[in-house]
Amino acid sequence: MITSPADTVIADKDTWTGKIRDRAVKELPPDRLLPDSQPSYVASWAYVFGALSIGAFAVVLLSGAVLAVEGPAWWHKSSAGLFVNSLHMWSTEFFFMFMVVHLWAKFFMAAWRGKRKATWITGVLAFMVSIGTAFTGYLSQQNFDSEWIATQAKDGINSTGAGAFWNVLNFGQMLMWHIVLLPLVVAAVVGLHVLLVRRRGVVPPFAPTNAQLAKAGLSLAPAVSGGGDAPVLEEPLKPPASEPHVQHEPVAAPAVQEPTGQAAASQEPTAGLSSQPLWNLPEAQS
Amino acid sequence: MNLLAALVHLGGTGKYINWGVLQISLANLIIIAVMILMLVVAIALPFPKHESRRK
Repeated sequence: MITSPADTVIADKDTWTGKIRDRAVKELPPDRLLPDSQPSYVASWAYVFGALSIGAFAVVLLSGAVLAVEGPAWWHKSSAGLFVNSLHMWSTEFFFMFMVVHLWAKFFMAAWRGKRKATWITGVLAFMVSIGTAFTGYLSQQNFDSEWIATQAKDGINSTGAGAFWNVLNFGQMLMWHIVLLPLVVAAVVGLHVLLVRRRGVVPPFAPTNAQLAKAGLSLAPAVSGGGDAPVLEEPLKPPASEPHVQHEPVAAPAVQEPTGQAAASQEPTAGLSSQPLWNLPEAQS
Repeated sequence: MNLLAALVHLGGTGKYINWGVLQISLANLIIIAVMILMLVVAIALPFPKHESRRK
């Protein structure tokens, strides 16, 4: 007898839908898919550019949908059409600006650490497909600018060997790619990217090195010391059952030994350094 | 809007900066500078703190 959703998952395991659901719930449990809090290190403006990129992308899609409903005569002639046309272009500009700053921030954090390679690769894919989508958008402007870009790009595309199939001088083909195919691909890749961020969690900051610890008047415990850099745990840290909402990652987690006596009295303030594991750090409101 | 249009002549020929074999439009250079500034400010600016909802 099925008495709870958990029993349902077990009962339907033999069906393909049950297997997919079982796998989805296992990989992305609801509290991880839609978390209501984040680790304390996420409380930085450097972490907001991914969300800003998605916000700009939403405006791009909505304004593009309005342009598709009304048509070229509307967006070229009427005041409202010109406004939405500009909104579409400027939201694209902001989408790329936020995405580039997001890329820089994640690059300097080495955001592919902790089994996040797929997250990084889907981010790269989203960026590359977005460039193609924006390019076909420039070709769909129906003005001298788009004609110039198309004729200049034709030689470049021909040199890749793709010119016979992907003809930038074919306005109909470029418009269909711009409003149907490429937006679907961008949305799918961005969606996958976000799901992977949810699954693996936001990348934590680098652990302090021995030199940084020494500068702060701290030292590594003998059990984990011995390397030049902070040691990296082989196994992921296990969360306590009482706080399942905090992301737990296989990060470098040196055991920090607090100085005692005179050393403790003379040490500098150690802001940002803590001997606590990640799940004991104060949380930031999401 | 007219003031902005007077400041930036959008209908004119683009300005380009040349450095050896490198060439970049002034508009693109400004956008790159703004993006670098955004990253620096995002790192330097303190994030507002909130009381945790979990007690």
